[in-house]
Amino acid sequence: MADPTDKVREEFFSEAQELVENLSRGLLALDELQSSGTDDPAAVNETFRAVHTLKGLAGIFGAKSMGTISHRLEDVLDCLRLGRLPLTRDLLDVLFQAVEVYWQILAHEKDRSQKEPPGIETILQRLQAFGSSDAPVALTDEFEFEISLLSVLTEYEEHRLRSCVEQGLNLFRVRVAFELATIDKDLEEIKNKAKPLGEVITYLPTGESSSLDSLELDLLLASNFAIADLAGTLGGPNVAISAVPRRHVAAKPSPRDEPFEASMVHETSHPGVASLPVQAHEASMAPAAVMRSVSQSVRVDIRKLDALMNAVGELSIVKGVLGRIGERIRSEGNRQLGAELQRLQRTFDRRLSELQSGILEVRMVPLSQVFDRLTRVVRQIGRDVGKEIQLVITGGDTEIDKLIVEELSDPLMHIVRNAIDHGIESADKRRGLGKPEAGTIALNAFQKGNHVVLEVEDDGGGVNEQSLIDRAVTLSQISLDEARGLTRQEVLNLVFLPGLSTRDRAGDYSGRGVGMDVVKTNISKLGGVIDLQSERHIGTKITVTLPVTLAIVSALLIRIAGRTFAMPLTSVSEALSFEDSMAQPIDGRETMTLRGATLPLCRLDRFFQFDVTKPSRRRFVVVANMGVRRLGLVVDDLLGQQDIVIKALGRSLKSVTGFSGATELGDQRVALVLDVSAIIEEVLAGSESREAREVREVRHA
Amino acid sequence: MRVLVVEDSEATRAFVRAVLESLPGDEDMEVVEASGGFEALRLLPRGPYDLVISDINMPDINGLELLNFIRKSPLHQKTQVLLMSTQAAAKDRDRGMALGANAYLTKPFSPEGLRDALRSLTLGTA
Repeated sequence: MADPTDKVREEFFSEAQELVENLSRGLLALDELQSSGTDDPAAVNETFRAVHTLKGLAGIFGAKSMGTISHRLEDVLDCLRLGRLPLTRDLLDVLFQAVEVYWQILAHEKDRSQKEPPGIETILQRLQAFGSSDAPVALTDEFEFEISLLSVLTEYEEHRLRSCVEQGLNLFRVRVAFELATIDKDLEEIKNKAKPLGEVITYLPTGESSSLDSLELDLLLASNFAIADLAGTLGGPNVAISAVPRRHVAAKPSPRDEPFEASMVHETSHPGVASLPVQAHEASMAPAAVMRSVSQSVRVDIRKLDALMNAVGELSIVKGVLGRIGERIRSEGNRQLGAELQRLQRTFDRRLSELQSGILEVRMVPLSQVFDRLTRVVRQIGRDVGKEIQLVITGGDTEIDKLIVEELSDPLMHIVRNAIDHGIESADKRRGLGKPEAGTIALNAFQKGNHVVLEVEDDGGGVNEQSLIDRAVTLSQISLDEARGLTRQEVLNLVFLPGLSTRDRAGDYSGRGVGMDVVKTNISKLGGVIDLQSERHIGTKITVTLPVTLAIVSALLIRIAGRTFAMPLTSVSEALSFEDSMAQPIDGRETMTLRGATLPLCRLDRFFQFDVTKPSRRRFVVVANMGVRRLGLVVDDLLGQQDIVIKALGRSLKSVTGFSGATELGDQRVALVLDVSAIIEEVLAGSESREAREVREVRHA
Repeated sequence: MRVLVVEDSEATRAFVRAVLESLPGDEDMEVVEASGGFEALRLLPRGPYDLVISDINMPDINGLELLNFIRKSPLHQKTQVLLMSTQAAAKDRDRGMALGANAYLTKPFSPEGLRDALRSLTLGTA
């Protein structure tokens, strides 16, 4: 028999990754609870469950070291949730460290050629140190439970029950009849309502539902509210609440009991259920936030969505053909058939765009996926470099293409590391400057038209412009003359040149051989732009603007020597009409003056070596930009704007510089998509610094 | 044979399904998956199932409660129940056996381990 594990190995990665993310989120929640000195058993249990499932997965899929770590981690978290171990900062540190090790292990499992990540032994030893084995507290027999109730509780649930009883909470059975059709929503609603009232220990199916379409459950609720309060909040036509009677009624009466009419409180002497019928309270029946249950969502490989998107692209070609056939039929005199076809075509068109936006929607994920990871990094780096950092996140629910999110985490991580390492000053210095000791990094995301804007803002020392200029000159990135002519923004943009770092000694975190130039390149690969604003001693703000999706891009259609090409609009800043007389040669390069600044030009027909038999008299220049670099692309005509689906080039064209892909224009015509950043690279290569060019000329000579 | 697999880990469910579907000699194996206790409760009335394989430690409705429900259900008088949980949960296992589980499997398990556990059940005689 074929090993079934092969088939589901992909599943393993995606689930393991999700679980580690859950664990990480859970730990962040615990971290907050720990800082505020509060307690949330559910949060602890969540982390336990994530590790528990990870362990099971690791065993099944033969991920040995993941299994070993999960095993130890599970022990520790088990002690934590069963109250045998206190939640301390040290413990949290080890738990966070474990998350990092999980990521390393997952990467290793995916690519076994890499060597086993280091740090596993260390984390195992550190976890071992937390192993604890205090005996659990004895069960108090305060309530009249049926034996059968206790027998179906798991050890954890029993522990929670005990702990609630010890806190003097009262126990209630909330019997709810659910319609099977709406059980997910109704259950979520009642859970949300019950949360502020106390803790739901477990959900017991009564097995007494009257029909096949309904299901009766007893929620075992521990609460310090009186039954009347519970009835007020949880009440509804299908809800009955009864108190689980105490053996010693006098023991620990709930403080909230007294003000209520005794007649409203039915404390039954039978352990079974005596119902308290409750009227529906309109005010409390406001729809609770509906959370999607696990069973209603599916995981899809993004490549499948790409394939669907491609199919949609093909269909839009078919649409174009249909349109032309319709026209032909009409022009050949068959008006009625033509009109029918046209109607059909319109419906087709509408459905097609629905399909397209539907697929796009599925690809969208909230940015909180990256932000959660960043939160962890900020916490870790802050602790390591001894700076207290407050991370303020807004707009985590902003959605963006899944592929972009994946590619975004490294650049963002780098920007944030930079901010902590170089931006935020030491606590002493901050105190001296009259700033709050804790540095603040704000992470904002919002949608702006077809783009998502991400801002990383710190309240640190800002960019030292002079040292940037000095460094750029030293590295021959710019000449002294050029340096003098730079505007303030152009100076700041020097950050994005290769090799520029305002510090001689690279920091531990940000100085890992990756500079802002790489960040910028990665962002532009995603069709995004990056901007930097900075004020000395006030702070730095980096703004990344990204397209919402990579699947469809807005493009400018242009004509060069009778051929149509597409240029992604993200790299176009403006277009203006052009006449040959506007071109002036400077240093053997064609340039023009645009609002007082010199703009290098590139005639695309010459760049691609097209035969130009009849050059058009009136032409256009499209200003393309990549950060500080700008280039005027001379084209014959502008044809308009269109949303396009970019498809990869075949092997034969892949090596040709200047094209990033091809697209179908919907009328059976194919257009090549210009790779603007590559064209700018090629045209401007070496031209930033005169010195560099001279060096090259000397070599050539 | 109709089997209901109740487990909140999608990958584990897929794994169990793969093992079940690769069992020799059962051409009409039908595997139904539930991602938790509630979904299982919703699926059970559409039974009967010959076998229910359930995790114990699940949020909301746990495997023990599910087992108890099955044992009380007239529709499922002949249903066999295989519970799964980790080694740490010895107490949960004992409770499960006391409630009338037919077999117990310690997680993690190999395909062979699951096949052995299945063989120990008197399936097909139900």
